[in-house]
Amino acid sequence: MIRFLVTSSIRRRLVFQLSIMAALLSIVFFVAVRSVAEQAAADTQDNILAASATSIADALYSERGQVRVELPYSALSMLGTISEDRVFYRIVADGETVTGYDDLAVPKADQGQRAALFVTEQYRGEEVRVVSIARAVSNGVRAADVRIVIAQTRRGLAQISSQITTNAMAVAIGFFLMATALSLLAAQSAVAPVKKLAESVTRRGPKDLRPVISKTPGELVPLVDALNNFMMRLRASLTRSEEFIAEAAHRVRTPLATVRTQAEVVHRQMEKPENRKALREMIRAVDESSRSAGQLLDHAMVTFRTDQLEQDEINLATLADETCDRLQPTAELKDIEIVRTFSKEPATIFGDRILMQNAVRNILDNAIKYSPAESVITVRVENSSDQAVLSVIDQGRGFGDADLGKLTSRFSRGSNVDDIVGSGLGLTIADEVMQAHGGQLHIEPNKEGVGACVMLIFDRSL
Amino acid sequence: MRNANIRSLFVGILLLLGLGSISYAFEIEEQKRYSGANAQQSLSILSTADIAVFEPIILAFQRANPTININYVTSGSTEVMKAIYKEQAQFDLVISSAMDLQTKLANDGFALDYSSEATNALPDWARWRNQVFGFTQEPAVMVISEASFEGLEVPRTRQELIETLRENPERFSGRVGTYDVRTSGLGYLFATQDSRNTESFWRLTEVMGRLDAQLYCCSGGMISDVASGKLALAYNVLGSYAASQIEGRDGLRIVPLDDFVGVMMRTAIIPVGANNPDAAGRFIDFLVRLGQHPELSESTGLPSIVDQPLPAGTVMRPIRLGPGLLVFLDQLRRETFVRSWASSIEQ
Ligand SMILES: Nc1ncnc2c1ncn2[C@@H]1O[C@H](COP(=O)(O)OP(=O)(O)OP(=O)(O)O)[C@@H](O)[C@H]1O
Ligand SMILES: [Mg+2]
Repeated sequence: MIRFLVTSSIRRRLVFQLSIMAALLSIVFFVAVRSVAEQAAADTQDNILAASATSIADALYSERGQVRVELPYSALSMLGTISEDRVFYRIVADGETVTGYDDLAVPKADQGQRAALFVTEQYRGEEVRVVSIARAVSNGVRAADVRIVIAQTRRGLAQISSQITTNAMAVAIGFFLMATALSLLAAQSAVAPVKKLAESVTRRGPKDLRPVISKTPGELVPLVDALNNFMMRLRASLTRSEEFIAEAAHRVRTPLATVRTQAEVVHRQMEKPENRKALREMIRAVDESSRSAGQLLDHAMVTFRTDQLEQDEINLATLADETCDRLQPTAELKDIEIVRTFSKEPATIFGDRILMQNAVRNILDNAIKYSPAESVITVRVENSSDQAVLSVIDQGRGFGDADLGKLTSRFSRGSNVDDIVGSGLGLTIADEVMQAHGGQLHIEPNKEGVGACVMLIFDRSL
Repeated sequence: MRNANIRSLFVGILLLLGLGSISYAFEIEEQKRYSGANAQQSLSILSTADIAVFEPIILAFQRANPTININYVTSGSTEVMKAIYKEQAQFDLVISSAMDLQTKLANDGFALDYSSEATNALPDWARWRNQVFGFTQEPAVMVISEASFEGLEVPRTRQELIETLRENPERFSGRVGTYDVRTSGLGYLFATQDSRNTESFWRLTEVMGRLDAQLYCCSGGMISDVASGKLALAYNVLGSYAASQIEGRDGLRIVPLDDFVGVMMRTAIIPVGANNPDAAGRFIDFLVRLGQHPELSESTGLPSIVDQPLPAGTVMRPIRLGPGLLVFLDQLRRETFVRSWASSIEQ
């Protein structure tokens, strides 16, 4: 039970506890109503019995020294008004039965007690309520001690009580059900802010470490504060490590550039082919390291900027145009022609210009890098009512049988890269930029023949 | 007394026929056995209703329940009471016109509970404790011979009756009949209820006493004496009997008195010690559904229970079942009542 209470949801706990309370209240209510009503019913019977006995007492008289009574019609008929119970009576004067049922016992009363006396006893096989009152009737010489005893069975009382029990039970059950339903509602509304908070935190992107500012009830403020505090520290530590990486990459890049220049100079002076080969490999390794450092720096920059994304208005066609211009020289080295096909109406999106440039540069860089000389690369910008798409299509080696889903993870490179320099971060950067903008990076083989097709897709509905 | 003769004659006949095989300690009037077509069980009924009146009901019941033999014994209501209360006579069903005595039997624990769809359909006032079941509603009326009232206004109320009797002593002397409340349970019931309902009851009794009223045990005798011209009027006769006996006779008239008409219910109970309470229950069901057999009401003259509120301003005074009926059965009360009545009627 305790375990259950600790691990079960707050809502279930609340409902459980409230229901138990409602059940207890219902039981208390039931018992109270029943006992009050039964007491009232029993009192009613007692009152009528007393009234009946009194009316008989008033009809006592003495005649020639004998106590006599003229039983009033109403004395017994009133007993028949509330129930169909059997009625017995006996009138005794100085121990002698005047009239009535001889075998009806006279309850023992204190001498001189005039108030009605009530007892419950067995008579003729049934439980009866008995009232007894005492009167003194003077017969001229002395006063006779007269007792009037009236008994009535309690069948009507039992009936009333069972009816009351049924009604009280029905009301108690109704009360319990209603209270339970209300407690369900109450619990629901009590935990609603928690749910809302949880949802708002869950809905956030993986990099969104901004503090929670939604309004929460007082009880949740410490939790929200703690959460915000924690996120702040997390963010600080992330920033620190990114800064560290950027710093490290930067520090590595500069000396590498020096090493490369030196190595080139030495390479030119070398004559022995094995020495030249060793140096070429050295230069390649340096290139690779330098590329890695550069990409790491970019990646750190992406991570940093996604935190506080700028919302510039960006025309995808303009962006693509600029990037193409930038990489034109590289393409020309391989005699690659870049064909630009842009939609007529401007494909406008909102986002961080620098990050977008970085993404587009990376995919165009890939296309040039993995295409053979004298091939054609198409950069296309399409705009429709629900999407804006920038695609880069080349006629290169394509992705082969690489797992397309894995190419976007860090440092992952395809198996067909041969000796092309790369770090495996380009698509990672593009992917993260797209995610930060609510768009998506889509990779597929070129549908028109060989090559690859990489698309940046922005859904307008979002 | 006339009826005593008839009674002993009947008993004699029954004994001769060998039908009175069981002898009872109380006085019986008539007894008749009705064999069912394929009888497997028997039902013995003790009743205050004459065989002649009740036979159509018994036969109709037996047609519906051919497996039941019926032994029908009749007696006066006081004797019926005595049979059950004092002698524990063995009967399955007791039918009586004396509601008070039936109520006392039930109150004092001599009746069995019974309930069925039929009895539950009865109005509340027609049953008590699921032990006493009313199945007829019969008014107490006055029967007059029209010839005796020639030249006189027929009285419409008890007050007018008193005046008419007072003003014409020579015409009515010895020619007024009523129940002897000392011997007739039903007469006692009607008289005590009258005394409750009207101030004029005692004055009427007084006037009748002065006119040397004739006293009867049963409605039948009174009505035939009115028919024969021996009586000018019979007071407090069962309307149902009167209606069936008057039929076809000229010069008789039923006069309900307009100040009030006492209405009594014929009731049935199953006494404790009944051998066949199931069959008795079936008979009760049949009785309380008498309304569904209008031809039986017709032939017996017994009006069935009608579950209808009495119209406002009605003169009908139904006698209510309940402990109130025990009051006049109190020894002292009865003693006083009978004493006053006797001193009024016998002058
Ligand atoms: N246009 C393309 N044609 C063929 N393969 C490609 C193309 N673009 C990407 N790839 C494959 O996807 C892998 C991952 O690309 P990604 O840009 O992330 O890394 P990279 O180009 O190897 O290194 P770098 O970080 O220097 O760009 C590449 O190694 C390559 O195998
Ligand atoms: Mg790349």
